[in-house]
Amino acid sequence: MTTTVGSPAGAARRPGTTATAYPRYLAGRLGGAAVSLLAVLVTSFFLFRVLPGDPVKAMTRGVPTSAGQMATLRRQFGLDLPLWQQFTDYCAKALTGDLGTSYQFRAPVGELIADKLPATLLLTGVAVVLYSAVGLWLGTRSAWRHGGLGDKLNTGVALTLWSVPSFWLGLLLIIVFSVGVGPVPGLFPTGGMESGDETGPAYVLDVAHHMVLPVLTLVAVGYAQTLLVMRASLLDEMGGDYLTTARAKGLRDDLVRRRHAVPNALLPTVTMIFINLGHVAAGSILVETVFSWPGLGGLFYQALSVPDLPLVQGLFVVFAGAMIVMNLLADLLYPLLDPRVGR
Amino acid sequence: MSLLTIRDLRVTYGTGTAAVRGVDLTVAAGRKLGVAGESGCGKSTLALALLRLLPPTARLTGEILLDGEDVLTMKWGRLRAVRWAGASIVFQGAMHSLNAVHRIGDQIAEPLLVHRRATPNAARERVGTLLEQVGLPAARASAYPHELSGGQRQRVMIAMALACEPRLIVADEPTTALDVMIQAQVLRLLERLVTEQDISLVMISHDLAVLADTCDRLAVMYAGRVVEEGPARDVYDAARHPYGRALSAAFPRIGDPASRLAPRGLPGDPPDPAALPPGCTFHPRCPVALPTCASQDPPLAPAAPGHRAACVLTTGSPA
Repeated sequence: MTTTVGSPAGAARRPGTTATAYPRYLAGRLGGAAVSLLAVLVTSFFLFRVLPGDPVKAMTRGVPTSAGQMATLRRQFGLDLPLWQQFTDYCAKALTGDLGTSYQFRAPVGELIADKLPATLLLTGVAVVLYSAVGLWLGTRSAWRHGGLGDKLNTGVALTLWSVPSFWLGLLLIIVFSVGVGPVPGLFPTGGMESGDETGPAYVLDVAHHMVLPVLTLVAVGYAQTLLVMRASLLDEMGGDYLTTARAKGLRDDLVRRRHAVPNALLPTVTMIFINLGHVAAGSILVETVFSWPGLGGLFYQALSVPDLPLVQGLFVVFAGAMIVMNLLADLLYPLLDPRVGR
Repeated sequence: MSLLTIRDLRVTYGTGTAAVRGVDLTVAAGRKLGVAGESGCGKSTLALALLRLLPPTARLTGEILLDGEDVLTMKWGRLRAVRWAGASIVFQGAMHSLNAVHRIGDQIAEPLLVHRRATPNAARERVGTLLEQVGLPAARASAYPHELSGGQRQRVMIAMALACEPRLIVADEPTTALDVMIQAQVLRLLERLVTEQDISLVMISHDLAVLADTCDRLAVMYAGRVVEEGPARDVYDAARHPYGRALSAAFPRIGDPASRLAPRGLPGDPPDPAALPPGCTFHPRCPVALPTCASQDPPLAPAAPGHRAACVLTTGSPA
């Protein structure tokens, strides 16, 4: 940021000079993201080589296999090559978008991931958007009337839910709302993503019906973070002189809040929302497991237990890549939220 | 009739601390009143009280009649309508008084849209006119506050205060954060615009010289009360209250080398509003205090034609 504070009246920067600043900011952020992605590629290769267990032995467990067949398998997967050569092969392929072939599924890793990704994106995406919205709304209300009964109730409930384990809450919801307790009938399916016999609009409704409980679980456990960050940053802004100006102008209280206070308080919260969105690909393994959601969480669990190195590496790259992309998006969004950033 | 009449205004904060302790002031239409005093004397509380902008913990009693209507008993809707349209405020330190994430044009236009239901086009046009009035090109409307210098931001504040053509502008330390050259520039601008548009001005500052230069009448505040009030030149040149004299002596006078070489300060600190001394609150620091001052608190009384002071030494002598 080139500062003009304190410069004499006539010498303040003209609007034209800001035009070159944004592309430079953009280039910096894009460069940073590219470097991070490369680092992820390298890390993912070495990180999982450290895992204990021999993939070929794991694959042939329970199947009588001769030493010759084991050697053939090793050669097939390139595991007989020196580590550095495995690494260069992996990098060369990864840069062309080829993440290798899964040991256990004998299918391209890219296809396996693409197959499960939409379910996870749908579930956690909807959950993150919902709990961010709920957190922003309740956090704003809490801060604006801080110290009041509503604030104490809000933060108390949010903190309690935050400390609840997600799988436990999920199981509880299944018992109450799927199995049914006493007068409560079984309202929602116990798991899965679809009943399997619906098409068109009915299919959409069916999926939504299956999503209710897992989304509810994720929102309940997740919204406290957004609420607390929004509450804290809005409280920081509430002493601001510009709010006195806004009140002096004769604005209604809700306009002072919406138009003046909230936009200034949004920046830290938006950072956090994008970090949460970065977690969307990784999903929630626990909640996906409890609700038998056909997403990446289950796939990751299967891959780790072998260890199916190419699949684990591929998933790691996708998870980390999603985080990097979301952070990049957040960086690109900041200048729109706060004109002082990136100039 | 006077435009602004303040009667026995008292402001008490939740803890029982009184920031303003019975202030009576009037401002005639089109006239300028300066309010001077050290930090903590209650002058900024007074400014915020005029539009009921103090935090909810503050309790206000007395009367603030703006055009005959008591601000303190107004309903919220009426109060919002009076804010900015009836009386607007030029705040100190325009860096923090402007919203950093909105363009200055939108911030100037905001009261127009709220109070006059102006169309966006009409508002934009008026914003251009206002910016030109304060010496900024209309194109600067699209700038953000951080892209402007301190003086420019203060001029934006002035343009904003003029937006709805109020009858009264309250300027709370409008030039304190600026360097001296820009101070003079902004002061002249504010003075010219309120005179041209026949707006009353209440200007609050610690700088008696600046106030004497700009205003018709001056009020000197000490520990939440007005201790001296009179024609600006009189108060500045011939203060009756010992505190007024000390305040005016604290600033060197242009064209008077003697005062420049020997500026006199005042020993001691302003009293803690939570633990005011008994009697006249000024007596512990007063160079001419009498033994009786520790027990008697004289009211504001005529000390000369059109000039009031709250001191036993002046009220005792014939006006």
